Amino acid sequence: MSWFKKLMPARIRTEGKNKDRRRNVPEGLWGKCSECQAVLYRPELERNLNVCPKCNHHMPIRARRRLQLFLDESNQVELFANLSSVDPLKFKDSKKYRERINIAQKKTGETDALMVMTGLLKESPIVSCAFDFSFMGGSMGSVVGEKFARAGEYALEHKVPMICFSASGGARMQEGLLSLMQMAKTSAVLGRMAAKGIPFISVLTHPTTGGVTASFAMLGDINVAEPYALIGFAGQRVIEQTVREKLPEGFQRSEFLLEKGTVDMIIDRREMRDQIAALLSKLAGNTKAA
Amino acid sequence: MNRNFLDFEHPIAELEAKIEELRHVGSDNALNLEEEILRLQAKMRNKMESIFRNLTPWQMTQLSRHPQRPYTLDYVGYLFTDYQELHGDRAFADDQAMIGGMGRFGGRPVMIIGQQKGRDTKEKVRRNFGMVRPEGYRKAQRLMELAARFSLPILTFIDTPGAYPGIGAEERGQSEAIARNLEVMSKLPVPIICTVIGEGGSGGALAIGVGDRVNMLQYSTYSVISPEGCASILWKDAKYAETAAQALGITSDRVMALGLIDEIIPEPAGGAHQNPEEAAANIGKILEKQLRDLTKLDNSSLLESRYKRLRSYGRFSE
Repeated sequence: MSWFKKLMPARIRTEGKNKDRRRNVPEGLWGKCSECQAVLYRPELERNLNVCPKCNHHMPIRARRRLQLFLDESNQVELFANLSSVDPLKFKDSKKYRERINIAQKKTGETDALMVMTGLLKESPIVSCAFDFSFMGGSMGSVVGEKFARAGEYALEHKVPMICFSASGGARMQEGLLSLMQMAKTSAVLGRMAAKGIPFISVLTHPTTGGVTASFAMLGDINVAEPYALIGFAGQRVIEQTVREKLPEGFQRSEFLLEKGTVDMIIDRREMRDQIAALLSKLAGNTKAA
Repeated sequence: MNRNFLDFEHPIAELEAKIEELRHVGSDNALNLEEEILRLQAKMRNKMESIFRNLTPWQMTQLSRHPQRPYTLDYVGYLFTDYQELHGDRAFADDQAMIGGMGRFGGRPVMIIGQQKGRDTKEKVRRNFGMVRPEGYRKAQRLMELAARFSLPILTFIDTPGAYPGIGAEERGQSEAIARNLEVMSKLPVPIICTVIGEGGSGGALAIGVGDRVNMLQYSTYSVISPEGCASILWKDAKYAETAAQALGITSDRVMALGLIDEIIPEPAGGAHQNPEEAAANIGKILEKQLRDLTKLDNSSLLESRYKRLRSYGRFSE
């Protein structure tokens, strides 16, 4: 840090940092594929749902946009947007948890890491939710768990299928054991849905690990993955340190999980609507009359 | 006595060494010695009490991992009669980091499930340091479903650093194994009581931790991530584990304050390893009472109140 920056009050300094970060994100008309490095025309990339037209690499997509694109255009309604995180442990590492939430909210324009929306999928009503990985790594604290649970209860009440797109680093450490308990809470709601024959389709996207994988994300009636998404329980660094060997190529990627029998199918983002609608139409095609 | 002492226990260790020394001194003036020993013993008890009254979260973490802390099978020996261990997940292997079996608790048959750590090096390896693999969680699931079929209450004992993060564990679906247990436990129509006896390490602990009552031994810990893991992520250095232990709120009193457990089970002076029998008796008392209360409920109110309980976890504003 230069002497000049040191003289500045801390608040201004962090604002400066944020500006730098923003400048690094290309906002112009041209972007780059994070995998094949191809230079891409942004409107075209967006039309292609953030999938690289050159190498088919699935780049991250924000929760709101994901749901807006997944659902039919009419009748989209966001639910439970009024829930927001509190700081039950008064948690502080290099930053206070409250501060981290504020920063994440400003950065993403969203209230927390999970968004719930109801609407239609090919004219059939569903409830869907999606993680915003850019909100604190998509981590699951009380709000994420509660929104998921309410979405499930909405599905139960309205007898509509539920689809969840996950992208999460796992439980949110800053809420301590309360975050861990969200795993139990969300799984219990899915247990009720299973008992009532309400379909839950879990779509695992890049990256989904930790407490989210070890709870609702693996409990789909059907588990789907996007191509080449990193999906696992433990992080790769932790595994490497434990087993002291290099991890095999493609380890914990969607294709690996398909081979090992963990997911039912891999679906290209551009076919997600068609394929999920086709799955749901069969699951719902022969129900014990409601 | 050959005991392992933790850093903060050194004043106790010194006094104990002195007492031992006096005992070995000739028995010429036995009366005087006896007095001195009694005096030192009283001093030691006071010292222990004052140290243990003000334990930091990090010290409790160390206690929860104490090499002489009673493990699941130790408590099984004290609490149950006619214990018969059952093995295997019927699909892949028998994971010895997770034990399960039937026994009698006050004469009544119950299913017992718990993580098991090893005492000596060889057993530690066999038990994989209490880190369970998918087959262990699936064994637990199988035994819990067996229990439900025959209306046996389920008592679980939690003591694990966490689920095993290995290549094979990932290949065999560690996440799914844990997740499935959470779902299954939320709806099994028999009473489930879970007790954290040592380390409650994250998802690997929770995978046998969903029930109608959850207890923690006084000096056990229950955490979303190990203090070391949290420190290396948020503080970028595992050396800050002590700070992280404080911040994460992993001790029984903090977890109780969050409303996530029902009882803190008191430990004997100096921790459960000082008197395993007493610790076991304390656990037994609580389990007996809780089991009596839960047995009064019919299945649907049992499941309804379990669901309500799980559903209530969380703090947020709206």
